[in-house]
Amino acid sequence: MSTTTKDRIALPPADAQKTNMTCHFCIVGCGYHTYKWESGREGGRAPNQNALGVDFRKQVPPLAITMTQAMTNTIKDHSGKSWNIMIVPDKACVVNSGLSSTRGGKMASYMYSEDGVGRERLKQPQVFQGGLWLDTSWEAAMALYAGLTKKILDADGPNGLFYDCFDHGGAGGGFENTWGTGKLMFSALQTPMVRIHNRPAYNSECHATRDMGVGELNNSYEDAQVADVIIATGCNPYETQSNYFLNHWVPNLSGGTVEKKKKWFPGETAAAAKVIIVDPRRTATVSICEQVAGKDNVLHLDILPGSDTALFNTLFTHVVQQGWHSKEFIGKFTKGFDEAVKTNRMSLEDGAKATGIPVAKLVQAAEWAYKPKASGHRPRTFHAYEKGIIWGNDNYVIQSALVSLVLATQNVGRRGTGVCRMGGHQEGYTRPPYPGDKKIYIDQEVIKGKGLMYTLWATNPFQSTVNAQQHRDVIAKRSGIVKEAISKARGASTAQMVDVIYDACKNKGGLFVVGINLYPTTISEHAHMMLPATHPGEMNLTSMNGERRLRLSERFMDPPGSAKPDCLIAAHMANALKALYTSAGNAPMAKRFEGFDWKTEEDAFNDGFRRAGRPGVGPIDSQGGDTGYMATYALLRKAGNNGVQLPIKEVKGDKLIGTEIHYADGKFDTKDGKAEFKPAPWNGLPKDVADQKAKHPFWINNGRANEVWQTAYHDQYNAFVMDRYPLAYLEINPKDAEGLGVKAGDVVEVFNDYGNTYAMAYPTASAKPGHTFMLFGYVKGVAGNVTTAWVDRNVIPYYKGTWGSVKRVGTVEQWKSSVSFKPRSEKV
Amino acid sequence: MDSAKLNRRFFLKSGGTAAAVVGSVVIPIHSASAAPAAGAAGATTLPYPLKAVGKAGAMPANQVVNFTYPDASSPCVAIRMGSTVPGGVGPNKDIVAYSSLCTHMGCPVSYEGATKTFKCGCHFSVFDPENSGQMVCGQATENLPMVRLNYDAKTDTVTAVGVDGLIYGRQANIL
Repeated sequence: MSTTTKDRIALPPADAQKTNMTCHFCIVGCGYHTYKWESGREGGRAPNQNALGVDFRKQVPPLAITMTQAMTNTIKDHSGKSWNIMIVPDKACVVNSGLSSTRGGKMASYMYSEDGVGRERLKQPQVFQGGLWLDTSWEAAMALYAGLTKKILDADGPNGLFYDCFDHGGAGGGFENTWGTGKLMFSALQTPMVRIHNRPAYNSECHATRDMGVGELNNSYEDAQVADVIIATGCNPYETQSNYFLNHWVPNLSGGTVEKKKKWFPGETAAAAKVIIVDPRRTATVSICEQVAGKDNVLHLDILPGSDTALFNTLFTHVVQQGWHSKEFIGKFTKGFDEAVKTNRMSLEDGAKATGIPVAKLVQAAEWAYKPKASGHRPRTFHAYEKGIIWGNDNYVIQSALVSLVLATQNVGRRGTGVCRMGGHQEGYTRPPYPGDKKIYIDQEVIKGKGLMYTLWATNPFQSTVNAQQHRDVIAKRSGIVKEAISKARGASTAQMVDVIYDACKNKGGLFVVGINLYPTTISEHAHMMLPATHPGEMNLTSMNGERRLRLSERFMDPPGSAKPDCLIAAHMANALKALYTSAGNAPMAKRFEGFDWKTEEDAFNDGFRRAGRPGVGPIDSQGGDTGYMATYALLRKAGNNGVQLPIKEVKGDKLIGTEIHYADGKFDTKDGKAEFKPAPWNGLPKDVADQKAKHPFWINNGRANEVWQTAYHDQYNAFVMDRYPLAYLEINPKDAEGLGVKAGDVVEVFNDYGNTYAMAYPTASAKPGHTFMLFGYVKGVAGNVTTAWVDRNVIPYYKGTWGSVKRVGTVEQWKSSVSFKPRSEKV
Repeated sequence: MDSAKLNRRFFLKSGGTAAAVVGSVVIPIHSASAAPAAGAAGATTLPYPLKAVGKAGAMPANQVVNFTYPDASSPCVAIRMGSTVPGGVGPNKDIVAYSSLCTHMGCPVSYEGATKTFKCGCHFSVFDPENSGQMVCGQATENLPMVRLNYDAKTDTVTAVGVDGLIYGRQANIL
């Protein structure tokens, strides 16, 4: 029986294989179990007859289980044998306690089957020739890839080799794969011409907070359960960190953790948490917080776009004026406070003007978050932030203002506090140091015609970068030059083809484009080679979540065709280059490509994550720190879905002991251990953005929707998602829509001086007049086409800040009956 | 009963793969008296009972009619939406019915007349009865199971004949 029939499900028999799986997707990293069994069998309904131990002979009560058809699939291994799989959330995992999200709950559906969601997976290496994608062998693909790479390296140096590569955990990442790719790019090829999956340079999203000595993941999810106040800035956790919100924030907002607070913090006033949400948009999180905590305990600071710095500086100034800052902490553990008081000064009146928030509301926020509690204790306020300020009007300045406020009020290093990014993907960074001394705006280099070969590794800048239309158009043109040259290379051998491609790139302005991915994706429209990669379950993979919790997702199935883990693809490339240099008699260059003799992903893990900081080993930047060596695959298997929070302190027997929060000892990550305040005077909108605002009437805010993971690389094949969003939606105020003659479901063009894009109009009262919100990074309707090319001092873009015009261009009649336009985030 | 629309929804829900059976193993198929022909794409194969839900003329618009189906432990609601909707039956093709257990974790969904949506109070999923139970926003991985209805114009009777989608907390819709 297939598990895809719609009104019944095949249960895993009691003896089904059970392995650990951390969710592939968001930062939260919920724990799941994978059950796998021969497809000819089914478990029975009695609790002892199925592996879930649930009695299905009668209706199972609410909240007892999460098990849907999306959590099942039928797969085949390389021998042709069929297996049923079920991937269901783990109740014993402290992250999610048995909850599944709408993304993770579909993992089983996303695992490869010939006619399922994953049917379009890349199965073999492919090259584009004769107007077709042709399957080829790894050897042939590597001969071309390594041959061209060597030619460029020898003739033009590493700067001719461009990469756009993931730096995260989860699917399309992980400690094994960041190491494999990093070792190839940084210590073997030594190219600095690298950007990261979601931004146009090799840089951090959190430079300021790190410079201040405060790493961005400094507490545990449990701290959100015991905070007095949560300040959520530029994040929408119901939709983007769902089970962190539901399993850790909601219990606190509803008063369910008051007893825990009393136990943890004896003598302190303890009550249900209050929440302050800073976001120009009324998100689903705002309305759900109001339902859970009651309106009186939710403050929505719907600031003017780009005024976060002004808000934090106003609160900082007010706190200091009221004397609510922690003088002892500031004196003992920080530096630069007095200077920051001067540079970051902003009166309530000026703050109100800049942010659009009335003075009374600003005062109320400050009183909630920073005024001593009835018991006289300093409130424990957790500051959570994400892309609203990371992709804000000046990443460095906003973070400087925020963390200065946090340091002044000692809201880091204590339980129930923290100043943390909420995160996008899971984390999983282990790489040799970046081989450059400055940050290079790679997109602009591409646009300027630089670079000869561009490898897009588990990324899709066509859908996700800033100024995306120009960037894509240039790549299309430069790729076309190479395609034409390839098509005219008569009877070329591999060596001759390398020469043909090189000539097209070097002398004619071409760019050879390679995509390494699970799917062809829209990248394949302008690529010349596609290489098939794997995701967790098809490989063993380690990542850490937003509380630095390291887990091992276990391999349980074969990948499609000859797809390989990214680390082993990198090793294959390095070994091919080593062989070329060896046969050319160039021993010094051959030596640079040594050290990739890995048979498995575990070899890559042991080579990178576990060697960081060990005696005699060169520098490795690793989120595992110097104690990563303690984590073995064997110990991580035993640690299961609860894993261990990095950094690891010790191994007791076969148990890894980790770190719950940072900075409890007051020692920060600066040379002298003192956290550093930063000057952060409010600087308003950048000129490029202000110019668009002056010319166009609508703010084109953009971001994620709960149901869609990233670029929809899986979801574009999943009817559950594509029926809902056949095109990126654009939330718009109903009166604005009326004024434009736009009805729900109409297709609108969004345009400005940088480009244009198309979206499905979704009128909603949650959008203020003049504000819109467009689904970001989608497969159809690219919001990035209209973002400006502006970046901050560290080449961090302002994705959230652009203005455009909106025009109705047509309609798709079917959508009016097949797509719901009911409110996603208004008050219930 | 407008089976064409229901089948279209089934087709869409199965990811465009018309063949619902992927594995190679055949299981005994129960023939169901009220179900569409077995073997059709997405066809229900369980022995669903027939159960009268009520008279169309007696159903006030935009108000829920509670019933259980296919057995007493599966709460469902029927609603006359007031205007024609996909999958709707009755004189105006505006009557639809759904399982009232959220597909995510089985909490009862409540109907909000102002927005014509079902809302789950546990994890805040929202479903649209005017769009085949489509999830508007939320944590579920499946739309709300839609009860297949048949309408007999002679007697003005709406009858439940099957369920499209797995009811929460069950291995199969028929216990």
